[in-house]
Amino acid sequence: MIHPIPPGTRDVLPDEMRELRRLHLAMIEVFESRGYGEVSTPAIEYDEVLARGDGRTAASAYRFFDERGDLLALRSDMTVPIARLVASRYADAEPPLRLCYLANAFRAVRPQRGQMREFAQAGVELIGAPAPDGTAEVVEVLEATLDAASLKRAVIGLGDADLYRQLLAEFGIEGEARDSLLARLAAHDLVGLEVELSELDGVSDEQVATCMALSQLRGGKEVLEEARSLGGAAVERATARIGETFEALEARGVAERVQIDLGLLRDLGYYSGAILEVYDPALGHVLGGGGRYDELLRRFGVDLPAAGFALYLERVHVAQMEEEPRGGEGL
Amino acid sequence: MSVAVAGMGHAKADGPLKLAVPRGALLGETLDALDAIGIDTSEVRGESRSLIFETEGLTLVTMRPSDVPTYVEAGAADVGITGKDVLLEQSDRVVYELLDLGFGRCRMVLAGRKGDESLGESQRRLGMMRIATKYPRTAERHFEATGRQVEVIEVKGSIELAPLIGLADGIVDLVATGRTLEENDLEVREEIVECTARFVANRVAHKLRAAEVDELTAKLREAMAR
Repeated sequence: MIHPIPPGTRDVLPDEMRELRRLHLAMIEVFESRGYGEVSTPAIEYDEVLARGDGRTAASAYRFFDERGDLLALRSDMTVPIARLVASRYADAEPPLRLCYLANAFRAVRPQRGQMREFAQAGVELIGAPAPDGTAEVVEVLEATLDAASLKRAVIGLGDADLYRQLLAEFGIEGEARDSLLARLAAHDLVGLEVELSELDGVSDEQVATCMALSQLRGGKEVLEEARSLGGAAVERATARIGETFEALEARGVAERVQIDLGLLRDLGYYSGAILEVYDPALGHVLGGGGRYDELLRRFGVDLPAAGFALYLERVHVAQMEEEPRGGEGL
Repeated sequence: MSVAVAGMGHAKADGPLKLAVPRGALLGETLDALDAIGIDTSEVRGESRSLIFETEGLTLVTMRPSDVPTYVEAGAADVGITGKDVLLEQSDRVVYELLDLGFGRCRMVLAGRKGDESLGESQRRLGMMRIATKYPRTAERHFEATGRQVEVIEVKGSIELAPLIGLADGIVDLVATGRTLEENDLEVREEIVECTARFVANRVAHKLRAAEVDELTAKLREAMAR
């Protein structure tokens, strides 16, 4: 007899589980060897606690009342629960704190497109280490993790979460118009972006051209120069931040796989400063991402800068399988 | 070369970029655009029943326009060309929209029978219009945005039939010349949005094959401006 399970969820059977477990262990070993201690938090939390992290975009899709009438929520990532954990359990600890996890999280997506409602994430959080060196450490751990998963060809995109917010402020664009443009940038709808920008009063052709050009700039260190030539204080500040991070990466010898990407914009609301995305040529979907969220801990009452990343375990597994015929060693 | 579409869709990073080419109404002008940037499309234009064509510099994969976002989102095709109507209807597909190609211009409209008041009558007396369409999500969004409640009826074949025999009060459909409407005694009541062909890219290909994608975008932009 067949009993259904909700779309976007699945069972894992022994053959796959063995491989996932090996991948999991390889990743946790990298994290632990670099001083990141593994933590586990409850899958359900109080909705109002999670909503502190980011009420607007990361709010849980799955909420329900418990037997006492309290509103509970399934977590949509691990960054917010760990911010909560740090504020409650490590408020007086000497920073920096290094924590890691492998945990399931839950999001409302249209399933069956490499997107699941329940998915496993492996990641780290480095709390209390400011930019640029804290960011560089996180990228270094990320690269070691990709190596441990035999994803030698994976690339890390490095962008800046504040660039467009500040650029649009500089253009005098605020409120709804700004949010709409940011949404277009995040979706990379360049046609719509150009039309919408051009239609706004007081935005010059030159400013439109600057925004369009920036959204396309990605590559090595040279793109920072190209960006600067477009001018403006927002661009100057963002390129300076990215430049500092990139130099910190070079100092650690881990800049080679990093692609600077001024068009990068992640849709989670709590990022500030550096943002990261991970790609592998074997897979059409993003493997994971991360960045800095220097303001997030403050919302939980601890004023510490923080950065981290999360990889989708199942996607890493698919990429690993695809890379195998190319001489990737597997695990 | 095989195109893997199983599971999550696996882009192979080797070889030329794979371009999803829409069959149907957009095919002719898409091939003209490719000719204009120096891609040899004679094989596609020929009698061949193949779906995949190797050319110098690009692998052309032909498919239904409405499948283009699916293949490009999964990375089975790196880049693609399809109509804005398709992108609007599948707006939850994550593809990067890089360029308005300008051709294939048509309008998404609300149409009703000539001289027939049933659209307004239903709205006034029943509080709701019945709208037949192949674009249910675009239609729903339009009526929601304009504050009207409708019953959207999704049909697959000739939409014009629906108001003629009383399935719906009106239709939301794509109109190029307006001839089909005219022949069926229908008229445009509202224009919803103008649609043209768009050049789209897979998110990962846009990052990892940046130089090739940018070059192709620039060439197409230049050719379309001519």
